[in-house]
Amino acid sequence: MHIPDGFLTASTWVPAWVLSAGGIGYCLRKTGEILRDRMIPLMGVMAAFIFAAQMLNFPVVGGTSGHLLGGVLAAVLLGPYAGALVITVVLIVQCFVFQDGGVTALGANVFNMAIVGAMGGYFLYGFLRRGIKGTAGLIVGAGVAAWASVVVASIVCAVELALSGTSPIRIALPAMAGIHALIGIGEAIITCLVVSFVAKVRPDLIYKIAE
Amino acid sequence: MKKKEIFFGILAALFLAVMLSPFASPWPDGLEKVAEDKGFLEKGEGEPLLISPVPDYVWPKLENEKVATAVAGAAGTLITFGGGIALAALIKRRG
Repeated sequence: MHIPDGFLTASTWVPAWVLSAGGIGYCLRKTGEILRDRMIPLMGVMAAFIFAAQMLNFPVVGGTSGHLLGGVLAAVLLGPYAGALVITVVLIVQCFVFQDGGVTALGANVFNMAIVGAMGGYFLYGFLRRGIKGTAGLIVGAGVAAWASVVVASIVCAVELALSGTSPIRIALPAMAGIHALIGIGEAIITCLVVSFVAKVRPDLIYKIAE
Repeated sequence: MKKKEIFFGILAALFLAVMLSPFASPWPDGLEKVAEDKGFLEKGEGEPLLISPVPDYVWPKLENEKVATAVAGAAGTLITFGGGIALAALIKRRG
């Protein structure tokens, strides 16, 4: 879902940069308030793992592939703010080192995947976890939020494409949401597997949700 | 996190990026496929705005594309690991 340069017009990518810069600034501040020592290496490991996992495209349907976004995964382990920062680190490296995602479009990509995907996804996850107790709540919350984060991020992307006149909303939205509803299943499965593993071996690495 | 766990995490990430990424599906991802189908893909195929060292995850000047992908994967994994740690350490120092 990395938007290349050229898909968005300045009237869209400039505000996207402003919004995501503001959002990431907020995440930096909040992370500064709550940073625990154990989060430092974990942020490194999560960034590395999500980068690597994003390289593993899996076939979804009819000539289309998907890959992990990892926003909810990062947020379940690190919280919404540090989680969003980890996704941002991955996106920055992908953009500048590997030309995956445009430079002008980086603001939109950060907004869609770090702010909406990780932060937004976390809040749905937290809501579900508060409703369903125990490990079931953890896994169901992570899985449902992971799926939703991908779909919603793709819808926001469709809106950006429509605002840029690249593709009308009545075409872009169903096309993006439809394929990402399938890709989201992969996201949910991978997220649940990794979260279950961590819950079993190092449950203390799971970020404590507000009760 | 203990050193052993960090090491295991990096190793797991490197395994994915080096051993599995050369065999990832070559099919276009969701956005790319929509762009293809709905006719706006060429909007994204202009001259790149900046020169990246490893465009498209293919390490330059390596004959074998699978090896080039694996090397790119290893580099990216280690760079993002460093980036994540550096950012967190910076936040801790200033926070």
